[in-house]
Amino acid sequence: MSNVLIRLENVSKSYGAGSEPAVRNLTLEVMRGEVLVLVGPSGCGKSTTLRLINRLIEPTSGRMFIDGEDVTEANPSELRRKIGYVIQQVGLFPHRTIAENIATVPQLLGWSKEKISARVDELLELVSMDPETYRDRYPKELSGGQAQRIGVARALAADPDVLLMDEPFGAIDPITRDRLQNEFLRLQQEVKKTIVFVTHDIDEAIKMGNRIAILREGSEIAQLDTPEAILAHPADEFVESFLGSGAILKGLTLKKVSDIDLHQVPTLTSPVLREEALKALQESPDQVALLLDGVGRPLRWIDERALNRTSQPIEKSGRPVTVDLQPEDTLQDALTVMLQSSVGMACVTDRKGKYLGCTTIESLAKLIMSDG
Amino acid sequence: MTTAISPGKTRSPLSERLDLIISPIFAAGLAILGFAVWTYSDLDKITIAILSPDKIQRQIGETLILGLTSSILVVLIAVPVGILVTRKGYPRLKSALVNTLGLGQALPAYGLIVIFFSFMGSGIVTVILALATFSLLPVLRNTIVGLEQVDKSVIDAARGMGLTARQILLKIELPLSVEVILGGIRTAVVINIGFSALAFLVGGGGLGETINSGLKLDRGPAILIGAVMVAIMALLFDFLSALAQKYLKPKGL
Repeated sequence: MSNVLIRLENVSKSYGAGSEPAVRNLTLEVMRGEVLVLVGPSGCGKSTTLRLINRLIEPTSGRMFIDGEDVTEANPSELRRKIGYVIQQVGLFPHRTIAENIATVPQLLGWSKEKISARVDELLELVSMDPETYRDRYPKELSGGQAQRIGVARALAADPDVLLMDEPFGAIDPITRDRLQNEFLRLQQEVKKTIVFVTHDIDEAIKMGNRIAILREGSEIAQLDTPEAILAHPADEFVESFLGSGAILKGLTLKKVSDIDLHQVPTLTSPVLREEALKALQESPDQVALLLDGVGRPLRWIDERALNRTSQPIEKSGRPVTVDLQPEDTLQDALTVMLQSSVGMACVTDRKGKYLGCTTIESLAKLIMSDG
Repeated sequence: MTTAISPGKTRSPLSERLDLIISPIFAAGLAILGFAVWTYSDLDKITIAILSPDKIQRQIGETLILGLTSSILVVLIAVPVGILVTRKGYPRLKSALVNTLGLGQALPAYGLIVIFFSFMGSGIVTVILALATFSLLPVLRNTIVGLEQVDKSVIDAARGMGLTARQILLKIELPLSVEVILGGIRTAVVINIGFSALAFLVGGGGLGETINSGLKLDRGPAILIGAVMVAIMALLFDFLSALAQKYLKPKGL
C-alpha cells in the first residue's frame, strides 16, 4: 500500500482559448491520512483544484490517480460517492430531515434501512449532536455551526477514504469557527481520513494542516511543506507576504496547552476559612491563590488586597475565573485568555472542568524561546 | 450558513391563510348572488328554458372538460420544456422561448380562438388547443423560475455526493420548485376555466352558451347566472390548486 493516496499529474484546466488557465500543469500528491491544506489568495485556483479531484470540474489535460487507480475517465458519479465533499455554503437539502440528509450517500449505495439508521445515529454522536433531538429536524431549524456539523457528518456517511473540504468554516462566526476547528481536529484523530482542505485564511491553514500548499495564480505551488517549516523558512517573498507579519504568533496555533509545563498556584477548596486563605497567600510566590469548588473546578482568583478590603465571605471576594483552557486548546487561545485575565494567568482544566494547573506568560515565552 | 435555504418567496402565515380562504369567500358571495337572482327575479318561460337543469349540467361538464383537458395539455408540454431549457447548454433557447410566448400572451384569448378556428374549423379540439396556447406561458415561466431559484450550493453538494443529473432533477430540483410550478399551473387552470366561456363561439359548448342565449334573448338573470357559475368554477379550481400547493410542498421549506 503506497503512502500516496491522491496524485494529480500535470493537470491543467483552462476555460476556452485566450483566457489564463485556472490550473496550470499542477502535480500534487496527497498522503494517506494527512490533512493537506490548499491556501492562497482568492482566484488562485485552489477551489478549482479541489473540484478537479472529484471531477466536478473536468481537467483539460493531465491525469488523476486515487489509490493508484487512474480515475481520469472513471464514472464521475460513482467516483464522487467514494469521496466526501463539504462546502462553505453546506448545501443541506432543505426538504429533507437531518437523518435523510446524512443518509444521502448510503442510500445511493443501497445500504439496508437498519444499517443506515444506525450509521446516522453514530455520525450525529460523532459530531456532538444528540440523535434523539436532531434526527427528524429540518435544516432550517439549525444554526450555521450546527448545519456545518451535519455537512461534515453527511460527507463522512459512507466512510470515504478521502474528504474534500472547500472553506468549510468560512461563513461561520469566529467563535463558533474556532470551536468547530478544534472539534474537527479531534474528529480527524478518530477517523484518520485523507483530507484536502481549501481556505484563504493562513491562520486556519496553519492550525488545520499537516502540510500546507501555498498557491499562487494558476494554482502554481509556491511552497509545499509542514506549517512549522513554512513559518520558519518561507520559500520566497510571495510566501512571506502571504504569511504576513508575526510568524511567531501564528506558530502559537500549532502548539497546544498540553505542550507547556503547567505552573501550580496555591489552591483553596471552598468552603475555606479566612485565616487559611491568608496563610496560603503569604506562602504563594505569585501572591495569588485559586479558589476551587467542592469538585475541584476553579471559581475565583483571591489575593491579599481583596481579602483585606472586604468582610465579604471569601466565596465573593477576588475576581471570578471566567474562561478556562483545556489541554487541547492552542497556545494562541491561551495567550488570549492570559491577556484578558486579571492575574496574567489562565487556568487549565480537564474535560470535566477540574483544575490541572495554570499557564503563565513566562512559561509561554520560555517555550517560544526554546524553539527559536 | 442558514442563507443556504432556498431563497424562494417566503410567505407570512397570514397571507398563506388568506390564500386559502379568499376564493371560497368570493365563491360563496357569488353563489348567494346567483341564488338570490334565481329566487327573487321574475323568471319567464324563456329564461327558465335557458337555465334548464339538463342544459346547465351539460355546459358545466363541457366547461370542466375544456378547462381541465387544456390545463393537462399545458402541464404535459410546459413542464418538460421548462425542465429541458433549464438544463445546461440551452440558455439561448430559453430566452427565445420566453420572449415568443410573451408575445403570444399579448394576443387576446378571443383572437386566439378565432385564429385557431380559421385553421381547424369548429369544435372542442380547437378550443382546447387555443386555451392551451394561451395558458402555456405561466406554467412555462414558473417552471423555469422555480427550477432556477433552487439554491446552487444545494445542487453543488448533491453533485459532489454523487447524485446523477437525473437524481438531482427528481429528488432535489423538482421537490424544491414544486410550489412555484404549481403556482403557474394554478394560474393556467383559472385562465382556462374562465376563458372556456368563449368556447361557444366556435361550437365548443360550455357555460358561455347560457350567457350568449341570455344576451341574444335579452334575459338579464340568465346572463348573470351563467357568468356567476363560470366565476364560481374558476374560484373553485383556484382553491383546489391552492390546497395542492400547500400540501404538495415538501415539509421543511
